[in-house]
This record gives sequence, structure tokens and C-alpha cells, in this order.
Amino acid sequence: MRGSLPPRGPIRPIRPRLGLSILGADGVKSIHEAALEVLARAGVRFPSERALAILADAGCEVDRRRQVARIPPDVAMVAISRAPRHFTLGARDPADSLSLDGEHCYLSTDGCGIEVYDLQAGSPRRSTWEDVYRSALVADYLDAIAFYWGPTVSAQDVPVAIRPLRELEAAFLGTSKHVQPETIISAEVARWCVEMALAEVGGAEELRRRPIFSVMQCALDPLGQDGGSLEASLVAAEHGIPTGFMPMPMSCATAPATLAGNLVVTTVDALAPLILIQLAYPGAPVFFAAAPTVMDLVTGGYTGGSPEDYLLGGAFNEVCLHYGLPLSMGVMATGAKLPDWQAALDNTLSTIMPVLTGTAMLTGAGLLNGSKIFSFQQLIMDCEIHSVIARVSEGIRVDPEMLATELICRIGPGGNYLADPHTLRHLRAIWRPRVVDRSPYEAWDRSGRRGAFEAATDLAKTIVEQHRPRPVEPSVRREWDRILAAAARQAEAGN
Amino acid sequence: MERDKLLEEMYRVVYDGEVDRAALVAEQALASGLDPLDCLKLGFMPALERVGEEFGRGEKFLPELVAAGEAMQRALAVTGPQLAAARRDLPTPGRVLLGTVEGDIHEIGKRIVGSLLMAAGFEVVDLGVDVPARTFLERTRELQPSLVGLSALLTTTMVRQREVIEVLRQAGVRVQVMVGGAPVTPSWAEEIGADGYAEDASSAVALARRLTGGPGS
Ligand code: B12
Repeated sequence: MRGSLPPRGPIRPIRPRLGLSILGADGVKSIHEAALEVLARAGVRFPSERALAILADAGCEVDRRRQVARIPPDVAMVAISRAPRHFTLGARDPADSLSLDGEHCYLSTDGCGIEVYDLQAGSPRRSTWEDVYRSALVADYLDAIAFYWGPTVSAQDVPVAIRPLRELEAAFLGTSKHVQPETIISAEVARWCVEMALAEVGGAEELRRRPIFSVMQCALDPLGQDGGSLEASLVAAEHGIPTGFMPMPMSCATAPATLAGNLVVTTVDALAPLILIQLAYPGAPVFFAAAPTVMDLVTGGYTGGSPEDYLLGGAFNEVCLHYGLPLSMGVMATGAKLPDWQAALDNTLSTIMPVLTGTAMLTGAGLLNGSKIFSFQQLIMDCEIHSVIARVSEGIRVDPEMLATELICRIGPGGNYLADPHTLRHLRAIWRPRVVDRSPYEAWDRSGRRGAFEAATDLAKTIVEQHRPRPVEPSVRREWDRILAAAARQAEAGN
Repeated sequence: MERDKLLEEMYRVVYDGEVDRAALVAEQALASGLDPLDCLKLGFMPALERVGEEFGRGEKFLPELVAAGEAMQRALAVTGPQLAAARRDLPTPGRVLLGTVEGDIHEIGKRIVGSLLMAAGFEVVDLGVDVPARTFLERTRELQPSLVGLSALLTTTMVRQREVIEVLRQAGVRVQVMVGGAPVTPSWAEEIGADGYAEDASSAVALARRLTGGPGS
């Protein structure tokens, strides 16, 4: 009984006007100084010959055997100062390009889930290529989603050797928004991805202007990086593709138990690769990323939602603002298994904190069970949370029109404002739900007790059935097929 | 008196997880002529068991359990052959070889499984992360464990669990294999011919007990 789908609107970023300070200027300065000290004294492990050579040339003290580079403060600060403050995340549809300008905050999907709650059957199952495509399709439609991080789930029906490329293909086919994979962890894969993007945008210069994908890497906390990821990012940087590195220090396990100590590790592990990229390709676009958390004391698990996580998630952007570079913060990583009370609690609080400290990117919506199970409904409900927070963070404007003193006096005691022109002028600024249930009790009971989950299920099904993204040209698809075949042959030969 | 004090010290370094002092205390004990087997049976082991029990009751937390296990390892390592030999005479549920498969560097889960197994009395040899199948084979031949545990956290590396099992089988090495990690499921374990799967560390201990026929199985 589903109606027809309204057309897809433009992307809706958050423009926060409310602000929050967790660390304060002194706190930020202390964390910055501690991070510089750790970079210089303990150093960071870079398991890549290429990376170590670049760092040694720049004046870092390199221990080849341990693959550790100690980065002096002046080398660090000069490198950081070369990174561009503002840049663009391009998109297949130029109208979907995002400007990282310090004023907007963009939400993405979450990435690399292992299972999906099947939209028809309702039960979890292993994810496939088709799920990557469908999650991208739904993300394409939802205006709260500014870019597609991921793939949201892994295409486990595709051979491992070309999986990241087929996932990128599925993402591009499903959405014309910016795509940010976290699966480009070798130089070869990075080169193939650049080729796929070149085929779509038409040339190297255009790709620099409009990088339709960017690269997200994980750091290897504490004080370590992954060799393949570093080399992949160097390839990306060479082509002007933005790249970011995401530390996920877990207090008690891969970071000190204390939150300030966690932030020092987070800062070091986000700064170190960024410094490397600036030394190799000065001016290449780079961003900070992070998903700091605290270990669950009983299971050792990744909590993905606790008061400490919310604080860390808000605080790290204050450190990033000190360097003037954009941050992508991991949010909505609830440990809840179903789209329930716990998921709403975690995802609301983990999102509002970084929004209020002015974070540029938030990753991401839609996964449950600690970023392991994708739910279409959760994706849609996370977008609803986003829209609530977007409104809250706008704050309250106070000026004569908003105070409405004249109006209040005119209506006087006991009147009402229902049909007044002032009301008609301003009512559209009031937040409206998409899936939140506000029906009267009897109507709700008669409907079979349908709530937000059921509304989200309907919307997801309608999007999958009716929404069609901006198509990829057949000539580009042929070129991708050629690239995929070549990559498969190369992988075969390598084995 | 001196003996009782030393035993109490041994108990305390493990119970309090004083990793840095554990070796020293073990050395002192041996130097004053204590029987290595007594050191283990009356000093270190009861402490580790107590920490394990308190963890089970929610009174102690994971880092405390790991610290106790590590203190115990230090004591065993530094005092070397004497204690290790004594340990072999103790009835233990078995030796477990643990590692994260090739291409995968996730180590926290495997480490926790190791700590809990240790607290349950198993002898644990941790091969680390990014461990090739060949290394699992070589170390299994060398150490003759009763159980091999394979951790994989990525959908791209879980296939390596199958590879390790095949390499072991092809080499004619008979050993039980248990698998775990985020993407691993019971049906995957069955498909690749593993002997067992556990989704978290406490069920890994129960599984290890069952597979080795140890106490509580
Ligand atoms: C922390 C983390 C990291 C850290 C690891 C730090 C470290 N030193 O270990 C870092 C940042 C390095 C990392 C890197 C990457 N990660 Co990661 N990571 C995680 C995260 C958030 C938590 C893992 C963890 O430590 N959990 C805590 C422990 C206690 O739980 P556990 O590992 O599951 O272990 C328990 C059980 O599984 C079981 N168990 C585990 N092993 C064994 C073994 C046996 C024998 C038995 C019986 C039981 C058992 O018992 C354990 C204790 O209860 C997970 C998400 C998640 N929720 O699992 C992603 C996750 C596993 N990572 C993921 C990815 C994609 C990556 C990267 C590829 C990202 C990138 N672009 O760089 C890299 C891969 C690097 C590599 N080559 O391995 C994906 C995998 C998804 C997929 N489709 O394959 C996940 C699911 C997150 C996501 N959705 O993106 N990661």
C-alpha cells in the first residue's frame, strides 16, 4: 500500500549555530603539546619503506629495523601548515559536491558491515554486492546523507582480489553522491580506483577539481600505521584525491584508560600519516578522522556508545580546529542489535556532541551491533536523528520579528495565533517528522501499532522499488568492465 | 614462616597483577630453596584462579585479569626451565596455540581469549597477528598443542582460516581447531571443517574445555 515517492531533494547538511567547548583553550594546548612530544620522543611505526624514506629525507630520525620514525616538532608543524584548510569532496553529479568550508557538517553512511537485515525477510544474512548497490541507492535518496562511506556492507559474493573495486562500482552505480571507501588498503587497489574515477570524470585535471571519491584509512593504534594503507594514500594524494586516517584508540586496550590520554594517542595517530602525506605531496587535501572509544570492561568489546565516547567524539574536533583542518568523526556506532531504545540513545548523543563542536563530517548512519549489521530502517531512523540535531543545533534566533512583541500585544490575553500571518510566515521553520510516530492512540492501535520502524520499512521499500539514481554512461561502464578484468588478471598473476 | 611469607608474596603479585615485580618474586622464591611445583601450586596458580572467579562474578575487570595472567607469564618466563618443567607435571587442561590469521592485524579479541584461557588453567602460546598458515603448521609440529585457535576479524581474511585447516590436514597433523572473530559464524566453522566456534571469550573457554575433554567439559 505504498504511495509514490516524492522526488529526491538536495543534500541537507547541518549548519550549527550552537557551540560547545569541552576542553577549552588550555586543554587543547596541553593535548597538542603532549602529541608533539610523543611524536618526537616515542615516534610512530610506519611499516612502509617508501614512507620511511620520505620521513628520513625530511629530517625525521628513522629506525629502519623497528620501522619507527621520530618526528621533530618543527617538521610536524611545517608539514601540517601546508595542508589546505578548505577543499571539495566532488561527486558524480556536480550538484552533490560538498564544500569542506568549516561551516557545514555532513553525514555519511557507516561502512563495512558484515550482515544485513534483509528488507523482505527481516532476518540477518551475509551481505552481497546487491546490498552494496541497494544501500547506496537508499543513501542517494535520503537528503540527510551527504556522502556514501563504506561500502556500507561488504560484497562477500565477489572474489576477495577485486572486491574493493566491485564495491566501488556498486557505490557509484547506486549514488551520484561522493563515495569514501575504507577498503583501499594497497597501492595497486588505489591505482585501479583512480582509473575507475578517471573513466567517469574524463581526465586527471577534472578529477583533481572534482574528486568523486576519497580514501579513509585506519591507523594502527597506539602510535602505528598500516603499510599498505599508507602506500594507497600516497597514490591517492598524487592524484589530488583527499585522504584521511582514522585512529580508533580504545581506552584500556590501545590507549590509556584516561580520556585526555586517549586524545593524545588519537591526535598522534591522526597527525602522523597526515604529516607524511604533506611531506610527499605538499598541499594535497587531507582530513582528520577518528573514532576514539573506551573498551567494555567485561567483554573487551568496542562499546560504540558510552558517556566517554560522547565526550571524546565532541572533544577531538576542538583539537583539529587548532590545526585548522576538517575532521570526520565516527558516530552512530551503536552496539544495539536492533533499531531500538539503545540505538537511539547512542546515536543521538554520539552525533550531537561533534556537531556542537563544529565537526565537518560524521560517519556514519545505518549499522547496528558495533558496525557489523546493516539495517535499512536504522539508516532512515538515523537520518531522522540527524534532522532533529540539525534543528536543535540551529539554536534560537532573537530579534524583533522573532520576539513578536507587537503580535503578542495585538492578540492579547486569551486569544490564539493559529491563523495569524506571523504564524503562516514562520510555521515551515518548525521541524516535522518523517518517521517519528505522532498519531493519536486509537489511530495507532487500529493501524496495527505501526511506529517509526514500520514507517521506515515502507520508505526503504519504496525507495528501492522506485528511486533511480543518475545513471552511469554505458561507455564508462564498459571501461570499468575492462579495468575490473585487468585487475582480476593482475591478481591472478600475482598468486 | 619465611616460606609462608614468600608464598603470600607470590599470591599477591599475581592477584594484584604486578607485572613488573612478578619475576623478581619468583626468583627470590627459588633462591630461598622453595620447590618450583609448590611455587606454582600454592603461590601463583591459586591467585590466577581467584582472579578468574572474581572476574566471572563481575568483581574484577578484564584489564585486571590480563594483568594477573601477564604477571604469571613473567614469573614462568624469567625463572625459566625449572618452573616450566614443574608446570608440565601439573595437570593442565592443555596447551592452546593462538593467532590471528595472515593479512589481519586485529589482536584485541584474540588476546582476551588467551587471557581467559590462561585464567582457566590452559597453557597459552600466542603467535601474534598476521600469522601465515605455514607458521601455524610449523609451531603446531614443534609445540604439539591440544588445540589451535584462529582469529579473523575481516571478511577478506576469514578464508585464511580454511587455508590453515587445509595445510594442517594435508601435512597429516592431527590437532583440534577452533575459530572465532567478528565475521565468523557456526555455519562458516562447519563449512571449513573447524572443530568448534565461539562468539566470545567465555564461550571460547567452555569450547576449549569441551574439545580437550578437560574439567568442566
Ligand atoms: C578495533 C578495530 C580495529 C583496530 C584493531 C586494533 C588492534 N590492535 O587489534 C584497527 C584500527 C587497527 C582496525 C583496522 C582495520 N579494520 Co577494524 N575493527 C575494529 C573494531 C572496531 C573492533 C574489533 C575489536 O577489537 N573488538 C573487541 C574484541 C574483544 O572483540 P572481537 O575482536 O570480536 O573478539 C571477540 C570474539 O570475536 C571472539 N574471538 C575473537 N577471536 C577469536 C578466536 C577464537 C579461536 C575464538 C574461539 C574466539 C575469538 O572472542 C573475542 C573476545 O570476546 C571492529 C568492529 C567490531 N565491532 O568488531 C572493526 C572491524 C573488524 N574492522 C574492519 C575493517 C574494514 C578494518 C580495516 C580494513 C579498515 C581500514 N580501511 O584500514 C583495517 C584492517 C587492518 C588489517 N589488515 O587487519 C571491519 C571489518 C568488516 C569487514 N567487512 O570485513 C570492522 C567490522 C568494522 C567496520 N564495519 O568497518 N580495526
